[in-house]
Amino acid sequence: MLTKRIIPCLDVINRRVTKGIKFKNNIDLGDPVELAVKYSDGGCDELVVYDITASAEHRPIDIEMVRDVARSIRIPFAVGGGISTLEEMSRVLLAGAEKISVNSLAVKNPAIIGEGARAFGAQCIVLGMDPVQTQNFERCPSGYEITTRGFREHTGIDAVEWARRAEDLGAGEIVVNSVDTDGTRDGFELNITRLIADAVAVPVVASGGAGCAAHLREAFDTAHADAAIVAGILHTGATTIAQLKRELHEAGVPMRMHW
Amino acid sequence: MTAIVDYNAGNLTSVKLAFHALNCEAEVTQNPEVILQADRVIFPGVGAAGSAMRNLSELKLIDPIREVTARGTPFLGICLGTQILFDFSDEDFGTPALGILPGRVPRFQPCNPRDKVPQIGWNQVEYTHQHPIMDGIENRSEFYFVHSYYPAPDNDEIVIGTTSYADLRFASMVAAQNVVATQFHPEKSGRIGLKLLRNFINWNP
Repeated sequence: MLTKRIIPCLDVINRRVTKGIKFKNNIDLGDPVELAVKYSDGGCDELVVYDITASAEHRPIDIEMVRDVARSIRIPFAVGGGISTLEEMSRVLLAGAEKISVNSLAVKNPAIIGEGARAFGAQCIVLGMDPVQTQNFERCPSGYEITTRGFREHTGIDAVEWARRAEDLGAGEIVVNSVDTDGTRDGFELNITRLIADAVAVPVVASGGAGCAAHLREAFDTAHADAAIVAGILHTGATTIAQLKRELHEAGVPMRMHW
Repeated sequence: MTAIVDYNAGNLTSVKLAFHALNCEAEVTQNPEVILQADRVIFPGVGAAGSAMRNLSELKLIDPIREVTARGTPFLGICLGTQILFDFSDEDFGTPALGILPGRVPRFQPCNPRDKVPQIGWNQVEYTHQHPIMDGIENRSEFYFVHSYYPAPDNDEIVIGTTSYADLRFASMVAAQNVVATQFHPEKSGRIGLKLLRNFINWNP
């Protein structure tokens, strides 16, 4: 049986892993390569590395960091952060990343999803999205609107529509990172995660709000997610991947238990 | 020397890095001569079968691949590389492939919408025959998969491992004489995947 994936997320600024709540109040958590090795050895199934200021600073992604992570771990990882051209996708993949995560720039230029999928294969192209609850049901019938640029901009785009469109364009996987639950540790936003998981045929990753194993179980069982992103509770040492996996395994969730 | 065949089908960096991690000399190459002279050949690939076959043809790699598989060079197919060793892939409206292994490559057709396509993630491989490439690796270990199509050999004799997904049990590992091929990615399957690659390096069929 295909196991559910636990994916630690490393938000990197100037080659340091940071963690903030709703993209604010960032604190330093250490070296991305060291953390990648720690989590990989600890049993994570995949990793995501976001160069979170590349986009705002209008600079290319830190390729040296991508290369160093690739040299140090033997599991797949995705890289995101302001990737807007095929050339940059190619550089990141050749540095050893398995997947490219696109988010804000795909909203601005959806064609990049298809171009990337055709050039490198759909499995390489992950669409990240940051939906937020809205009362504007006329524009966003699902009740969720896509935000961009680190939650700063509202787009008026319906989250479920956008997920369907991204799938049609060639996205191989969709990460649903809820603005409403990000950093709260109160659990994932199950409603939008499920709406999207049920709307598309590609795997969906729940993100934002992981606080304990029970939250991951809800994401898998209730919200139909195929994988879940975990950050804060690992970074601070509140729990470990092995501990989360043990609890989920005991609860009957298929997990990779040997690594 | 181990040749890693580069036919512009996806990213070979992780394959190369895995061999680095094993301190094994491996050369990524498009050169037919290098492939013909190699002690071992790795035939990886991700992407689509149609363009993969076109690239192989344009790079004049089809004959060298056939030759090394026919004459006994230890040969490891990975993912798309494995799929195009078969006669025919259903991908890209039907793609005649290399025909080195008898069988075809259909697409997953899940009845349950919760079985997503592509299959992405870690899934178990259950042994159906013993093979030296799995020495020291426990039965039902998990490996990393990313694929929408799967190998369906004509003959169960070549199947050495199977995996369950989308209401079926498919051949995730096949072997015939000097050829061994996996649908999963050993190069991305952590310590256990490295062990498989190490076994391949030490394998003398």
